[in-house]
Amino acid sequence: MRGSLPRILAVLLKEFTQLRRDRITYAMILVMPVMQLLIFGYAINMDPRHLPAAVLSHDTSTLANSVVSALERTGYVDVRYLPRSDEELDQLIRRGQVLLGITIPPDFTRRVLKGERAQILAEADASDPQAAAGALAAVSVLPTEALRNERVGLGMPRSTAPPFEVVVHRRYNPESRSPFNIVPGLLGIILSMTLVMMTAMAVTRERERGTMETLLSTPATPVEIMVGKLTPYVVVGLIQTVVVLVMARGLFSVPMARTAAGWLALACGIVLFIVGNLSLGYLISTVARSQLQAMQMSMFYMLPSIFLSGFAFPFLGLPPWARVLGEIIPVTHFLRIVRGALLKEQVLADMGNDLLALGLFVLAVAGAALARSRTTLD
Amino acid sequence: MNERAIDVRGLNKSFGDRHVVRDVSIAVDTGRITGFLGPNGSGKTTTLRLLCGLLTPDSGEGTVLGLDFRARGDAIKRQTGYMTQKFSLYEDMTLEENLAFVARVHGLEQRRERVEDTLHRLGLFDRRRQLAGALSGGWKQRLALAAATLHEPRLLLLDEPTAGVDPKARREFWDEIHTLAAGGLTVLVSTHYMDEAERCHDIGYILYGRLIARGTADSIIRDSGLVTFLGEGPGIDRAAHLLAQADGVLSASAFGAAVHVSGVKREALEAALAPWRKEPFRWSEVPPSLEDVFIQLMGRERDERYTS
Repeated sequence: MRGSLPRILAVLLKEFTQLRRDRITYAMILVMPVMQLLIFGYAINMDPRHLPAAVLSHDTSTLANSVVSALERTGYVDVRYLPRSDEELDQLIRRGQVLLGITIPPDFTRRVLKGERAQILAEADASDPQAAAGALAAVSVLPTEALRNERVGLGMPRSTAPPFEVVVHRRYNPESRSPFNIVPGLLGIILSMTLVMMTAMAVTRERERGTMETLLSTPATPVEIMVGKLTPYVVVGLIQTVVVLVMARGLFSVPMARTAAGWLALACGIVLFIVGNLSLGYLISTVARSQLQAMQMSMFYMLPSIFLSGFAFPFLGLPPWARVLGEIIPVTHFLRIVRGALLKEQVLADMGNDLLALGLFVLAVAGAALARSRTTLD
Repeated sequence: MNERAIDVRGLNKSFGDRHVVRDVSIAVDTGRITGFLGPNGSGKTTTLRLLCGLLTPDSGEGTVLGLDFRARGDAIKRQTGYMTQKFSLYEDMTLEENLAFVARVHGLEQRRERVEDTLHRLGLFDRRRQLAGALSGGWKQRLALAAATLHEPRLLLLDEPTAGVDPKARREFWDEIHTLAAGGLTVLVSTHYMDEAERCHDIGYILYGRLIARGTADSIIRDSGLVTFLGEGPGIDRAAHLLAQADGVLSASAFGAAVHVSGVKREALEAALAPWRKEPFRWSEVPPSLEDVFIQLMGRERDERYTS
């Protein structure tokens, strides 16, 4: 053992020397954990508050208003919209603008005063059961808490049964089955992870092996090289998508799109998302000096894709600054598209913003990758 | 039809504060094989890369294949074959697949026939299904030559093509180069081997980024003004060691059992040799070899650097 100590030291010193040479790797080893800790530490909240809600009130009495203010007082939801019709409310929920929709019927006040069974309807978007649970927690306390003071004022006895009840609808996923949310989400994560990493290696590998010199001495232009390199991976991405969807249906009974329009919307989202990921990988590969760096950068991209996209935690439960970061990440938009198409019967019109965001991402990232591609070795 | 395949003047290239190519002007006639010599890091590779458009020069002008080499880089690329110093084809593809790729990327017609012809011509046909990475050095070099000439370029740039290749393979490689040149192909080849330099029609010697000698091997030797003596006898190698330090001697180095002692001034060299003109040593004047000349050129350049 004594004899091997100098040799261990030799190898150890050599590793440190090489680590020091590789500045970027070194920087990433130090900077990555700090950034991740700061971002995710502050962004992730297991008990999301201020979830967006909409109230459709057919009853304009003070009693109904008290219910709404009691709802807001819980801190779990913010009433952001006051739709005028059932259709408007329905669209807000379907497009994911609110997690909770409250409908107060016209005879609410009358029934409460008469002591009849008054009801309000709470519809939660249960495509993400975790987020829906947060919103419904706020609703569950309403019957006992909402009208406490009013009842005293109206001379109603304090101890009787709650003056109204809440009818809860868990829409899009009535049984709150986690796979309905996780499995479509996994499609986004799997596509990102494999496609970004695979293409990130693509150019870096050519440079590392020296084949880039041959490629550049041919008449092929940067656009030709990029399109030629990425197209096979589009096929890989499509095969992955089919495999995941078949398994989602077969093993987890995840609902599929029910109309041709739904499938079309989904297909648009998938193609844009695949191309976006490939472009990002390509951009990484033009920046990274080695395959190791390309790998690190891909990993660096994956963590926010999991934590800030709405995959692991409800997107609407993130603090506003984290949602801004999340909006930049393609997975965020893809999750809305895939969950929308599979669970919420969304069509193209419902996902315009997310498709647009993905399209812009593709243009910006592919443009940057091309701008960084050279026809020379300078 | 332009007689000169390459005619560039005032080529300069820097990487950061390293001035790698300095005011290189070079003209190469069509169908000639020009050897590019010079020590490691003297700017040979950079010059070749500048000529084939893989690097952008800081300054310089002229024509390659009759085209303005700064503005028409793409057109020049199409008619130029470039063989890199390090093997740079795809090791995880077979010979055939590599050549098919090169043929496609150059947009060649009758791809299959041309790939097959090239495989036959370079004796690679039997190995066409092997992975390129599994080839030995000599075969890799042959494959690289096949890839660089598949599109029938008019100009072939070879960057130390025979490094690490055995003598037989080297000889065959040079025979192939001469066959191609006889067909009108212009070849620019960098090398460290003196015997290869002598196989070229003419030579350019580059040092510290400057082209300091240009012409046929004979003319370079003649113009050097170098006087060389060959010394033989037991213990001559020890004598050479001492002679190298003497005034008037530029170089004294062993060639097998003999030594070459060279200098530019005959009297000074004779004076230095005088103490050694005794038994058991025998001396005779010989024409300087290309290597003697290059060693002299290196020394001269270094002197200039010190005095300036």
